[in-house]
Amino acid sequence: MIELENVAYSYGGGELLSDVSLQLQAGSFHFLTGPSGAGKTTLLKLCYGALVPTAGHVTLFGADRREMDRDDIAMARRRIGVVHQDCQFLDHLSVHDNIALPLTVSGRDLLAEQANLKELMTWVGLKERTGALPPELSGGERQRAALARAIIMSPDAILADEPTGNVDWDMSQRLLRLLVELNRMGKTIVVATHDLALIRAAKSHVQTRVLRISNRRLQFAGADL
Amino acid sequence: MNLSPARFVEFVMGDAQADRCVPPTGFTASLTLFSAAAMAFLAVFALALSMATGRLADRWGSELARSSTIRISAPEGQLAAQTNAALRILETTSGVAASRALSRDEQRALLEPWFGPDLPLESLPIPQLIEVIEAEDGFDPDGLRLRLAAEVPGAVLDDHTRWRRPLVSAASGLRALGVLSVLIIAGATGAMITLAANAALAANAQVISVMRLVGARDRYIAQAFVRRFTLRTLTGAALGVVLGSVAILLLPAAQDEGGFLTGLGFQGLQWLWLLLIPPLAAAVAFAATQAAAVRTLKDMP
Repeated sequence: MIELENVAYSYGGGELLSDVSLQLQAGSFHFLTGPSGAGKTTLLKLCYGALVPTAGHVTLFGADRREMDRDDIAMARRRIGVVHQDCQFLDHLSVHDNIALPLTVSGRDLLAEQANLKELMTWVGLKERTGALPPELSGGERQRAALARAIIMSPDAILADEPTGNVDWDMSQRLLRLLVELNRMGKTIVVATHDLALIRAAKSHVQTRVLRISNRRLQFAGADL
Repeated sequence: MNLSPARFVEFVMGDAQADRCVPPTGFTASLTLFSAAAMAFLAVFALALSMATGRLADRWGSELARSSTIRISAPEGQLAAQTNAALRILETTSGVAASRALSRDEQRALLEPWFGPDLPLESLPIPQLIEVIEAEDGFDPDGLRLRLAAEVPGAVLDDHTRWRRPLVSAASGLRALGVLSVLIIAGATGAMITLAANAALAANAQVISVMRLVGARDRYIAQAFVRRFTLRTLTGAALGVVLGSVAILLLPAAQDEGGFLTGLGFQGLQWLWLLLIPPLAAAVAFAATQAAAVRTLKDMP
């Protein structure tokens, strides 16, 4: 599905990632951890095609990232749901319209999707907040709205960057349960986090693979968590 | 963007959801609307100038091209004889359709703008004028001059060429200037729309980033901007045309004394030319915004 092979990424003269290889199989659940600035966000961006590796190959759904044009990237993004730490909403649109944005930009009929939208809003606990604007939401509500937007297209993979960074423990557990549920539906999940307690909590619900970025390289972790 | 008929209809009808993705930006909206209105207003006057000078050039060209004047200056006792002699020559000149001596009243009317209505023409040594109308194939002015010089010593043939050509040339030049002004206005409109579109695209970098994140194609993003700027320009230009038309209608009516300046405007079907200004302005905006959007989106990471 998404594959990185001996990938390196440099920016501003410095190498951020070196010799990274990773295969994201369908239905797998990965945690990506490491200290702040280690390159977790960069690795996620490589995984959804926002960055082009300076060395090695990134393959998205069978296509080499370097060979993909803007349209190809857009098509790949419709199969990868992304949850940013800062959520990245359009602040002039309501929560409902932000969650429906992937449907809008892909030309889907919103009227036909209303039932799905309503069901999704209920599932993430935002049924009562559909008309609110993003700045009016709490941190937890924003993260759940971002998750809802990421999965509205029923993507193959969901990449979440510090989704619990700005929420309390209860809310992070709630978000984790949503991600676990999605994984049980067959979605590939990658969560970048430095919250080891979250990883430990997840391990009790689902089989996960924990990756750590250290010294620009990707390592497998497990026993020490 | 390849604007096939189907895509044109789709473009005009728009996508309400897509339009809402790009937040309204007051500054660029006002700038585009005002620029389009101002440019369309100026375009109306440039077109009016072009039309008026075009009519003038045509009139001067057609009215003067086929008429000539013979001026006979002779002592009082010989004037009538020389006039008759000149008329006889003209009757036998090939290429002359008609000729006649202007009456005293007609000559007084010609001088009236300068000397007033009470000019005592009889007491002044005013030359006799003969109007000559050419036939379709025209006459040989040099041959006629030679015959007149031989038989009517006081006659001078003025075939108007000397002053008609520069006048027609000047009127044609003014007409070209009007057309050039319209082209410059179109270029300036394009430049201003490009600036406004660039400002809007830069101001919405975050919006573009989010739209890309959720799978929007660049063509879709560009269209949201292009449609907005095109419709704004169309609206502004329509407003400018209405205001310009009203201003033209309020100008003084055409009068012979005022020359072409009071005839600045449109006649009959010429008003229909104004209907072209809004769609042409919209086409300029479409092209300018499309180019700006493609360039900006290409440069954005």
